[in-house]
Amino acid sequence: MLIIKNLHATIQDEKQKTKSILRGINLHVKAGEVHAIMGPNGSGKSTLANILAGREDYQVTQGEILLDGQNIMELAPEARATAGLFLAFQYPVEIPGVNNMYFLKAAVNSVRKHNQLPPLDAMDFLTLIKSKMKEVGMDEKFLSRAVNEGFSGGEKKRNEILQMLMLEPKLAILDETDSGLDIDALQSVAKGVNSMRDPKRSIVVVTHYQRLLSYIVPDVVHVMVKGQIIKSGGKELALELEEKGYGWLNENVG
Amino acid sequence: MSNQYLKQIVNKNYQYGFITEIESDTFAPGLSEEVIRKISKLKNEPEFMLQWRLRAYQHWLTLSPPEWAHVNFPEIDYQSIIYYSAPRVKKDGPKSLEEVDPQLLETYKKLGIPLHEQGRLAGVAVDAVFDSVSVATTFKGKLAEAGVIFCSFSEAVQEHPELVEKYLGTVVPYRDNFFATLNSAVFSDGSFVYIPKGVRCPMELSTYFRINAANTGQFERTLIIADADSHVSYLEGCTAPMRDENQLHAAVVELIALDNAEIKYSTVQNWYPGDEEGRGGIYNFVTKRGACRGTHSKISWTQIETGSAITWKYPSVILQGDHSVGEFYSVALTNHRQQADTGTKMIHMGKNTRSTIISKGISAGFGQNTYRGLVRVLPQAHNARNYTQCESLLLSNTCGAHTFPYIEVKNPTAQIEHEAYTSKIGADQLFYCRQRGLSIEDAVSMIVNGFCKRVFNELPMEFAVEAQKLLEVSLEGSVG
Repeated sequence: MLIIKNLHATIQDEKQKTKSILRGINLHVKAGEVHAIMGPNGSGKSTLANILAGREDYQVTQGEILLDGQNIMELAPEARATAGLFLAFQYPVEIPGVNNMYFLKAAVNSVRKHNQLPPLDAMDFLTLIKSKMKEVGMDEKFLSRAVNEGFSGGEKKRNEILQMLMLEPKLAILDETDSGLDIDALQSVAKGVNSMRDPKRSIVVVTHYQRLLSYIVPDVVHVMVKGQIIKSGGKELALELEEKGYGWLNENVG
Repeated sequence: MSNQYLKQIVNKNYQYGFITEIESDTFAPGLSEEVIRKISKLKNEPEFMLQWRLRAYQHWLTLSPPEWAHVNFPEIDYQSIIYYSAPRVKKDGPKSLEEVDPQLLETYKKLGIPLHEQGRLAGVAVDAVFDSVSVATTFKGKLAEAGVIFCSFSEAVQEHPELVEKYLGTVVPYRDNFFATLNSAVFSDGSFVYIPKGVRCPMELSTYFRINAANTGQFERTLIIADADSHVSYLEGCTAPMRDENQLHAAVVELIALDNAEIKYSTVQNWYPGDEEGRGGIYNFVTKRGACRGTHSKISWTQIETGSAITWKYPSVILQGDHSVGEFYSVALTNHRQQADTGTKMIHMGKNTRSTIISKGISAGFGQNTYRGLVRVLPQAHNARNYTQCESLLLSNTCGAHTFPYIEVKNPTAQIEHEAYTSKIGADQLFYCRQRGLSIEDAVSMIVNGFCKRVFNELPMEFAVEAQKLLEVSLEGSVG
């Protein structure tokens, strides 16, 4: 589903100095798999998630990204989205005055249009979204609020998961979706994600902590340090990291 | 990067820029006492009107143009302006819509304002002002049944001189300011509304202004009187052809609300804004003011300002009656080289008076957008309350947003709140929308509309939709 080949990326800091943040990432996520990418702060995990979604703040200097066999390097963010890539943001933005339901409906119909499906009418949409909201434990009042405006951290994350459930992407990337969540919210987020597990879908979970991974059990765990994946393994690797921290891995990185 | 996204948006031209080829009676350029006498005579005005005009003219000669506004433009040569231009009429003037020149009907049709009474805006009565004169007013019969007077100003002077004489210049005196004084001397037409006691006007009233002739100034005057316990909602729209020279539009609007009366005045201003380089466009120098004369009266201004090269207007409310309410809701958009200096004045005189100001400025391209507002609480105005919120949204690195709030409080029981902030359209917001599959255009228009929502909510339904579309058109191509 997702193949990343030797991906290098840089960013310019405030002093216009070029800083290297991804240094040769290789990753292969097959359809139906859940991969976790773990690593310390500043290792480049969130950068990777953003670059996959097409954020233009970074310069990709080398490498390739294939989504379902298609090279998406030249695609605009909205084209990647309609091709089935979804990013659950670490910090979902507020869009004052824009109704949450209106926003989601526009998003869903944009993706449907790309897939040559007719737009969902208001009734079908409402029925669908109400059932999905129940799944993630969101009150229906959030439909009539502005996108993320005045939402608590947990409510924002639930809203991200709701969007994911509605958009039914081929590849879902969750960028530190667990940060700032209490245990109830964490469980409903995990429930939502698990309901998305499907032989035709891939999920990439970016996280600091093992905690989320006890609810969303990954097939593969990768450890990213200083812009490189330095270790990959099964779900037990997450537990090992939890126990030992990242320090013991640093020695292996040049 | 967000700028690059935004720059990709294609330009769409001003779609109302066409010129109607029509025979007209036009004065030679220039202003003199003789010109004023000629206008007055042409309109067959009673002596009091002529004298009022002449007093205004004499006073105007002593004034110089205001310079305090945050706008820049070359000095206007008032002798090069044509002060009167009217489409030629075959007879004394159209008696009914059937007699209106088909060219004019066609023009308004092109503008989306059908002047027949079964049109899309069937629930709205329209007074169409073309250059210096009113060419048609719809639904007069139906309104007359309710006792509502809705007609051109010229007609009001003929048919209801006592009302005109009683109220004209009582809110905006002819000595008020340079442009209002000029208007008082030379205004040629406009709309007149009188809602009798206890009447709720059965439909929306609307005036549609069109400047067509070249080198012509448009000076119209609107007077709306809502008698006790009455209610009216009034809409104003305007467009002009694309021309390379600037044209002056100096209008005056006076609103009077008596006891328990309510006037809601909405404007969708879309005068030609000039081209991308700032050539041409309308100078929109307008004085709009309402007086809440009665207790529990209410005046509400809503304006969507997207056109004009320069906008200079401060729709204001004088809160004379106890418990009266003044409101100002504004969206002002400046794109390319447009400049706007707009805001409001809320003058609290009565007890327990309340005012609300919601101002949204959007700047793009090289646009300069200024909010200027005054909240004044006089000594006798016990328990006055004001809430002001000014927000600016910047869509480029080359535009500007400025806020000049003035607050003068002479009564210690007043409560005044002022909030202001400026934000740049967020790269994060755009990316978020795009990640969900929305195009840049859709994302920008969604974010901007969200920003303006509080004001759009104040517009009558079909105009809210128009305003939203207008904003999209005005923004396209400009951001970056």
